[in-house]
Amino acid sequence: MNFQGYRRPKGKVGVRNHVLVIPSVVCSQGAAEAITRNLKGTVYLPNVNGCAQVGADREQTKRTLVGFGTNPNVFAVLVVGNGCENLPAKEIAEAIAPSGKRVEFIEIQDVGGTKKTIAKGKKILREMLADANALKREPIPLSELILATECGGSDYTSGLASNPALGAASDLQVEAGGTVILSETTELIGAEHLLAKRARTPEIGKKVLDLIAWWEKEAIATGQDIRGANPAPGNIAGGITTIEEKSLGCIYKGGTTTLEEVIPYAFPPTKKGLILMDTPGHDIDQLTGMMGGGAQIAVFTTGRGTPTGSPIAPVIKITGNAETYRKMKDNIDLNVSPIIQGKETVKEAGKRIFDEVIAVASGKLAKAEKLGQRDFCIFKIGLNF
Amino acid sequence: MAGKSKAVVINEKDNVATAIVSLKEGSTVSLELQGRKERIKLLSSIPMGHKFALRAIGKGEDAIKYGESIGQTTAPISRGEHVHVHNVVSHRGRKEGA
Repeated sequence: MNFQGYRRPKGKVGVRNHVLVIPSVVCSQGAAEAITRNLKGTVYLPNVNGCAQVGADREQTKRTLVGFGTNPNVFAVLVVGNGCENLPAKEIAEAIAPSGKRVEFIEIQDVGGTKKTIAKGKKILREMLADANALKREPIPLSELILATECGGSDYTSGLASNPALGAASDLQVEAGGTVILSETTELIGAEHLLAKRARTPEIGKKVLDLIAWWEKEAIATGQDIRGANPAPGNIAGGITTIEEKSLGCIYKGGTTTLEEVIPYAFPPTKKGLILMDTPGHDIDQLTGMMGGGAQIAVFTTGRGTPTGSPIAPVIKITGNAETYRKMKDNIDLNVSPIIQGKETVKEAGKRIFDEVIAVASGKLAKAEKLGQRDFCIFKIGLNF
Repeated sequence: MAGKSKAVVINEKDNVATAIVSLKEGSTVSLELQGRKERIKLLSSIPMGHKFALRAIGKGEDAIKYGESIGQTTAPISRGEHVHVHNVVSHRGRKEGA
């Protein structure tokens, strides 16, 4: 089965054709925003990191920013630095270059102030846009597509309707030879044994159990009560009592296929099929991680409703809550509440989601894109010094 | 999934049901449990999306939904009683007593 996508120099395929501006550091975020202003087809990352970071924390920020640059939804990249940060623009640009796409970098201190940086940046972007706009979509097999799955603002309908329906769509995507990423490790607590049983090898199954053990140990080490954060107050008001209940409803979205690989945050999958990426339950941290790992499109289920979108990828919003759909129609793409009313099967709703994924991958705008919702934050794993 | 019922039981091992409409204290819910029709009288009001017990559950036992444990009870729960954070607790990812 095919969708209509953009072929990149090294063979990867995008569902969008953005010209991306990456501020390597929070200090150049303002300039990055100004460079993209009034230039249709360009977008910037609201990056708040990139300085005073060390070790694995610095690596994770770099890997994520580079992953957004190399993501096939991006046609070309301009990296904007300030000049004295410890994650220099040049280092990011050099790591994106092997993707074969055009990548440039400029620094505010070198160019001589914000105004000149904006002018220079806009000139580079106009050239990139001319080339981007000349590129046409072509038929691409679904095996080239990495589908990110996510749930947020969960309530009782998430485990009854939207997550099982997304799971049915995930199974169709794997059946078509493609890839599905399941993430939010903390929301596997209480359901990890079910996922571990589905692993391709005992080693992969053990990785799942080890990840959960690590997150639980970290939660306990804080001396705080994880229940204040997960389930969140809105989850509890919506009828979810414990993290186990939330997790059991949550893992439905990965469908029923074999777990092929477990990967760290913002790493690209090396296998096709169902992949687990280790991320927090934080909605934007995990979405950013999956896009940093090369996912081109996301399906996001919600019970209570969320506006989340990504700067570089469509995020299709699904709810099983009829009231939420009615109240937040401008945010939610598909309503699968007929499952709860007994008017539609999970499989039928899954097919509807899958068809929507293909339509949106081929160019139809998701509602979060229409609203200009561009959420981005990198999962921080260390202090700023 | 639910047909005309006002609540759903997801797995036959479950000892709780989920209300798909708001239910009033004292009202009766008809459910099919392991092929048998049963009527459960609600001992408390159940907001939409919340759970009630299908049978008596002793203190410290597992509350079961999706066929799996979702936590342990902190008090005995009667059939038809609201099951939520006031009488079920998770022991995962936190220090006891925290």
